Amino acid sequence: MIEFDRFTLENGLRVIVHHDASTPIVAMNIIYNVGSRDEHPDRTGFAHLFEHLMFGGSKNIPRYDEPLERVGGENNAFTNNDFTNYYLTVPGHNLETAFWLESDRMLDLAFSTKSFDVQRNVVVEEFRQNYLNQPYGDAWLLLRPLAYKVHPYQWATIGKDPAHIEQAGMDEVKEFYKQYYNPCNAILVIAGNVTTADIRQLAEKWFGPITNGSIYNCNLPAEPIQTEARSLIVHRDVPYDAIYKAWHMGGRADQGFYATDLVSDILSAGQSGRLNQQLVKNLRLFSDISAFISGDIDAGLFVITGKLMKGVSLEDAENALQREIENICRHGIEESELQKVKNRVEAIIEFSEMRVLDKAMNLAYYELLGDADLANSLVDRYAEVTVNEVVAAAKQIFRLENCSTLHYVAKN
Amino acid sequence: MTTTLNRKKQPAIQPPGKVSFPNPEIYQLTNGIKVYQFNTGTQDVISVELVFAAGSWFQQKPFTAMATNLMLREGTRNYSAQKLSESLDYYGAHFENTTERDNAYVNLYSLNKHLSNTLPLLSEIVKNPIFPEQEFKIVAGKQLQQLEVNRQKVNFLARTHFNSIIFGNMHPYGMYLQPEDIGNITTGELGNFHKQRYHSNNCFLIVAGRIRPGLRNELEAHFGGDDWSGNAGLRKQHQPAGSSEMNHFIPKEGAIQSAIRMGRLMFSRNHPDFAGVKVLNAILGGYFGSRLMNNLREDKGYTYGIGSSVVPLQDGGYFVISGEVGADVTKDALSEIKKELIRLCNEPVNESELSLVRSYLSGEMLRAVDGPFAQADLYRELIENNLEINHFEEMMDTIQQITAQQLQDLAIKYLNPENIHTLVVGPEQF
Repeated sequence: MIEFDRFTLENGLRVIVHHDASTPIVAMNIIYNVGSRDEHPDRTGFAHLFEHLMFGGSKNIPRYDEPLERVGGENNAFTNNDFTNYYLTVPGHNLETAFWLESDRMLDLAFSTKSFDVQRNVVVEEFRQNYLNQPYGDAWLLLRPLAYKVHPYQWATIGKDPAHIEQAGMDEVKEFYKQYYNPCNAILVIAGNVTTADIRQLAEKWFGPITNGSIYNCNLPAEPIQTEARSLIVHRDVPYDAIYKAWHMGGRADQGFYATDLVSDILSAGQSGRLNQQLVKNLRLFSDISAFISGDIDAGLFVITGKLMKGVSLEDAENALQREIENICRHGIEESELQKVKNRVEAIIEFSEMRVLDKAMNLAYYELLGDADLANSLVDRYAEVTVNEVVAAAKQIFRLENCSTLHYVAKN
Repeated sequence: MTTTLNRKKQPAIQPPGKVSFPNPEIYQLTNGIKVYQFNTGTQDVISVELVFAAGSWFQQKPFTAMATNLMLREGTRNYSAQKLSESLDYYGAHFENTTERDNAYVNLYSLNKHLSNTLPLLSEIVKNPIFPEQEFKIVAGKQLQQLEVNRQKVNFLARTHFNSIIFGNMHPYGMYLQPEDIGNITTGELGNFHKQRYHSNNCFLIVAGRIRPGLRNELEAHFGGDDWSGNAGLRKQHQPAGSSEMNHFIPKEGAIQSAIRMGRLMFSRNHPDFAGVKVLNAILGGYFGSRLMNNLREDKGYTYGIGSSVVPLQDGGYFVISGEVGADVTKDALSEIKKELIRLCNEPVNESELSLVRSYLSGEMLRAVDGPFAQADLYRELIENNLEINHFEEMMDTIQQITAQQLQDLAIKYLNPENIHTLVVGPEQF
């Protein structure tokens, strides 16, 4: 249970405060409601490039990191399809420096041309390091456009191509900032040994004077229902064949979300998951295999991916995987099996709230979804799911025509 | 009354308060196992960790230590592998087993409400594994495939080969796993290794989280008996025999980035220069604002990330700079790194940068005691090196007091580029 207070400044900035006296560290987390789904198709990778630029200096502060390090703080950020998240931890007695820094970069950015040039390079190197210079590193870059034809989830957060980043212009970046980096498009969370009164005063002082800008209404085209199975085969210089399969599922707020998530747990949570027991241990067709959901806010993907054992044919592996899927749809699951994955989810949620930073991030995310208090009802949401709902979710997802398959084949 | 807000000026900086390093409650089980207990945290969870002197240091053949540890949960006297996984998963327990160079770790994370069901499983796993042939085939097959995939990564190749360059490939810290090692081990050898290394005279326990009343009795019941005693034996000594060649290159065809490793042998935590070198390392590459990051990433855009670290081990240690850079700028990156090493040797660090690093490192120490698991992690390092809590207090003192002159002396002593080994894994000779 994460208790919290919540208030909104006049300019629309939502503020959440969680009190935890057990640590001298205070966490600050700010979510901006902009992610790679909000990008133009010819300018992908922008939201993430922008996250880098947010450290290149703001209106009154030439460098972001140094003043924070000077008070013993540490920070980082990440971007995903849906939002951009900035977070920091700081010894509590120097919390005001965090307010000073974060409010100034919400007020106005002032990064230099040089910083812009360098960060484009840095992001291109990140693209190479994590996607292009890794075995299987481009699998998601291939799978997304196979599964999505209309919705912007068809590109990854890093972008479609390093060229988009290399070509980004200063004007476009400034326009992007103006549109999305506004108080009414952000959520601020503070967690630690603080009082709501103090935080309210600090928030009013530093964030209060920022003009509100306009609320961004994310209004993206829905992905049309997929009507036939899709497949793609690529040959790469990797040691083993791999299979990636993606099925369309509902969005985060959809009724069936929790049941669908539990389907993925039935298949692959822990060592005892069905896919591991059957396909890795008993039949020895895969060296590893996992099922998971993308967890996006808009309609997302249910994914199964695995690497084949040497000498196993893609056809045999596919057939065995298909049997496991049909097994759930036809024969259902045991009550005890469902209880197992629910227990596991409960533990994972409990362990995801160990530090103030974890709690601050969770609260910000659920507030973005609509209500921070969702963080506290998650266990119940999962607990309510019935065996029938899980099987119904499995049947809904695992239709042949709903699937996109990537075969990643080892050369030689 | 209105006050104008001065956004140009950083709010007043409060000096770092004294970090209070938590002292665990320490007690012994009847058979002599020491228990270190951190009773703290806001969640009703617990971590129970057994630390065995069973790292790769102690193996006769490569892969023995790691395979033994991996196989613990793959079948025991009273449970099949499947039954064990089913039970652990049913109670939402998370079981983590890892093998390092000196020690091997077996860690159970559990909700307190299920501990009575999960603790017996942990006991079964460490005391009664039977190393079934069939399960070992699967585990070994998986490891082999993982290794083959990792060997495609420049970063992995650089990491493993670097250690063999500085320690020598016969030294336990320098040896790395080859695909053929994996097929070269029998389950009998794993059983023997388990018998020799996984017993009550060769381990200690750390528990952290909300400690429920009666935990001590439960630990006593599961781990305190004389049913799993053994003889720890003496720790063998090994002398490092690093390469006399300073520059190394491993070709990786088609790579679009090169992985760089530069470094040298250093020392364990007990060494009088350890704390000072930590500060020196921070300046060079130990945090986001470090010189390496500023120069190679923030100024030149050569890399997504580059850093350096001091890695203390039980019998020695090493210093390493690591990063992946664009293949086309490999040469430039190496020369910039070298420049930074020379600058540390030739110029005293200025007061502004030094005070920044002091503050950053103090904050890092505070973060290192944030929460029960962090506290356990920090304290484990002390036990592993026979140190007391005052080690951290002394480190804090060094962080606050070390002078620019002392840092320069340390740089001259340890970071002279002539004594630094360089390894590049990338597409072409540089």
